[in-house]
Amino acid sequence: MPPAPPAQRDLRLDLFRGLALWLIFLDHIPSNVVSWGTIRNFGFSDAAEIFIFISGYTAAFVYGRAMQERGFIVASARILKRAWQIYVAHMFLFVIYMAEIAYVSSSFENPLYHEEMGIFDFLKQPDVTLIQALLLKFKPVNMDVLPLYIALLLGFPPLLWLLQKQPTVALAVSAALYALTWHFGWNLPAYPTGYWWFNPFAWQLLFALGAWCALGGAQRIGPFIRSPVILGAAIVYLLFAFAIVMTWHFSALAAYVPKWLGEAMYPIDKINLDVLRLAHFLALAAITVRFIPVDWPGLQSLWLRPAILCGQHSLEIFCLGIFLSFAGHFVFNEISDAVFMQILVSALGIAIMCAAAALISWYKRIEGRSPGSRSKPPDADLAGGEA
Amino acid sequence: MRELTAAAVTLMAGLGTVLAAESPDCAVAAHLAAASEYPLPRVAVAVDRARTLDIVVMGAGSSTLAGPGGTDLAYPARLQIVLSKRFPDVKTKVVTNVKSRRSAAEMTEGFEKVLTEEKPVLVIWQSGTVDAITGVDPDDYRATLEEGVQLLQAGGADVVLVNMQYSPRTESMIAIQAYADNMRLVAQHREVPLLDRFAIMRHWSESGTFDLSTATRKLETAARIHDCLAQLLADVIRDGIKLSRDQPKPIQ
Repeated sequence: MPPAPPAQRDLRLDLFRGLALWLIFLDHIPSNVVSWGTIRNFGFSDAAEIFIFISGYTAAFVYGRAMQERGFIVASARILKRAWQIYVAHMFLFVIYMAEIAYVSSSFENPLYHEEMGIFDFLKQPDVTLIQALLLKFKPVNMDVLPLYIALLLGFPPLLWLLQKQPTVALAVSAALYALTWHFGWNLPAYPTGYWWFNPFAWQLLFALGAWCALGGAQRIGPFIRSPVILGAAIVYLLFAFAIVMTWHFSALAAYVPKWLGEAMYPIDKINLDVLRLAHFLALAAITVRFIPVDWPGLQSLWLRPAILCGQHSLEIFCLGIFLSFAGHFVFNEISDAVFMQILVSALGIAIMCAAAALISWYKRIEGRSPGSRSKPPDADLAGGEA
Repeated sequence: MRELTAAAVTLMAGLGTVLAAESPDCAVAAHLAAASEYPLPRVAVAVDRARTLDIVVMGAGSSTLAGPGGTDLAYPARLQIVLSKRFPDVKTKVVTNVKSRRSAAEMTEGFEKVLTEEKPVLVIWQSGTVDAITGVDPDDYRATLEEGVQLLQAGGADVVLVNMQYSPRTESMIAIQAYADNMRLVAQHREVPLLDRFAIMRHWSESGTFDLSTATRKLETAARIHDCLAQLLADVIRDGIKLSRDQPKPIQ
């Protein structure tokens, strides 16, 4: 009997995915004071880990049920349809990015930045650039998460099948792929040079971990995760990561990091999901599930409603957040980058994301569907739209 | 012992508030200027014994200024003038090997030639922007810097690394951070000074010393910024010489 996915949507997933979307928005505005408060400044991992893990969890939750009820072919077709939607969303964002960069290039004359103007070179050869973008090889800065998500979904049907038959084997295969990727340096090529900034062969481990947890893994390791030993280890590791990250912010502290430790630890490789980052995320997750149970009353409070709503419409809100971060940076440059303005832009951006999420929920409601409702089991529309 | 000394130097620098260079405009927070925690032994020997200082600036487009007369206003030419003033009895020569749109790897191809032709005791190596724009793998970038620094040191030159400029308008379009982090790692690993141009210029921008986001064709601000960079580089060289004198150590 394959493990049954839980029948109800875990609101904690929506909450933390919503928060991750806010953090991704804040982090993607360069030189934003508000982003000093985001988790990447206090530890090794950042919102990307949260987003990918929860996306894996939700994908298994939604398509796992579909695979059980309708079979491999139908579930795979839905997964690929979702990948297509994300591809279209990514291309839409790419067009917005092109519009911004083309605008900036026309008003960028400073002789100091002669070299930086090389970034506009690709506008001169749209024949190559556009095709490379369609192939997901040319990806502007901060537009790497959706291509990763597409790649992960493309590989998801066989993984999901195996997760339902042999969850432990599936997780072992995923970990082996991660290890082999590190050993052989596998990655997908990018244009004009280099590789993907989120290596799908490495990041798939986090996605698979999320999926594994959704299909019964979380229940199996629950007692282990809640044990005092794991709690202690997680706290110690988070404190260690915090101390190390502080030495990045205050260079005077850097001298206290022993040379051997620095040489062993650095560089902490985001591209290939460094094991230090993975461990940091797992420590955060262990502490979170211990102190926020699934029936935590706070999940029903009005205060957390905006974040939960954002998390429930993650693709739309993610795209909106990326657009708003472009727009926010644009405002800093063209109008003002005073601290007051940075706070205002950050707050306004999150407010717009919440309003959009509420609007999308409303649309779905008037169409007679209710993805946030806990009374209905996930249906086909949920599968198509909310993983 | 070395770590302890480095710790003491860094700590002292961190405690100080502001380090003013020659021109008050160039003042930067001390922790940004204190990149020079590593000695420059070959430079110290050349200055103390031969009274010469032959420098090559190896860089790409951000080591020069576009426009008429830009080269004379850029930091390599200014460095020559600043050094001649600071070390009046030393024969200083700054040769520039600067070409736009060059990646770090492309620059290393010219190292052998530069070493044999110019015989520098110091190579100031600026790189990173082009690599970031074209998306060179950050690991490959780090490996290139490592090899390049080793090559230069083996060829008898000390090295000072210079990282990218801070450019607010293109900040969301060029992923500078990964490359800046890797350059810092190489600087620490090879124990060579690093002029953290990115952090310094960002500090200038945030503190309002220089307005870096205006669209202007004028060279005025750019020239003042390059003048400051030259002075800060001269500080790095001065500190490197001083450290070498204070703690003589065989040249590797």
